[in-house]
Amino acid sequence: MSDQSNLNEIAIQKEDFSLADEVFLLEKDNLTDGAVVTFTGRVRNNNNGNSVTTLTLEHYPGMTEKSLAKIIIQAKERWNIGRVKVIHRIGELSIGEQIVFVGVTSKHRQDAFAANEFIMDYLKVKAPFWKKEKITDAGQASENWLAAKNSDTDKAELWS
Amino acid sequence: MIKIVFFAALREQLNCAELSLATDDNTKTVNDIKQLLSDKNEQWQQTFCNTSLLSAVNHDMVDGNHLVKSGDEVAFFPPVTGG
Repeated sequence: MSDQSNLNEIAIQKEDFSLADEVFLLEKDNLTDGAVVTFTGRVRNNNNGNSVTTLTLEHYPGMTEKSLAKIIIQAKERWNIGRVKVIHRIGELSIGEQIVFVGVTSKHRQDAFAANEFIMDYLKVKAPFWKKEKITDAGQASENWLAAKNSDTDKAELWS
Repeated sequence: MIKIVFFAALREQLNCAELSLATDDNTKTVNDIKQLLSDKNEQWQQTFCNTSLLSAVNHDMVDGNHLVKSGDEVAFFPPVTGG
């Protein structure tokens, strides 16, 4: 088990990513891990009853990478996991587009399942990303910064 | 010099992405800096009344009592909403 995180495990990018390519890289030359757990987050077409047209992601360059690296190190300390990959997109995204990817491998499934959920839960409350949505509410278009959800904070606290 | 950066809704409300603060001999906490920024004008004062604002120093989340020194980068931003 490694207590190190490295930059290859984290990507902050405008471009889309391929789930198949990411799974390939998690599995390539990795004959010790029997479990591969992946999570992908996508842009929904609705939020709080309004129609969403696009989502724009802003982040804090430098701090984003540092906070994700810390989360990955914590996951490696807690569970017996092999490879980790976290991808988060920034910029303007349309409905149905992929936003975030978390992939974790481990010998057996329990560690990869738990570590993947932990990384996502901590990313939600600790990594400096902000979402702004363009919505249409009764034909009226507007832009809103999303408010943080208490349910995300509560969920993350369950791990402490 | 202390570099101060703002993000997301806060950056838009202040219409400011970053500024520099000259340092003097007095030791300052993150809360002291917040107070200095609030004193700028009524708009900034109202904006910094928001108690849910988070702060980071040199890319690590910190609380208001954290000491800031010359050369540090201090960030203020709303609760995060990524993922």
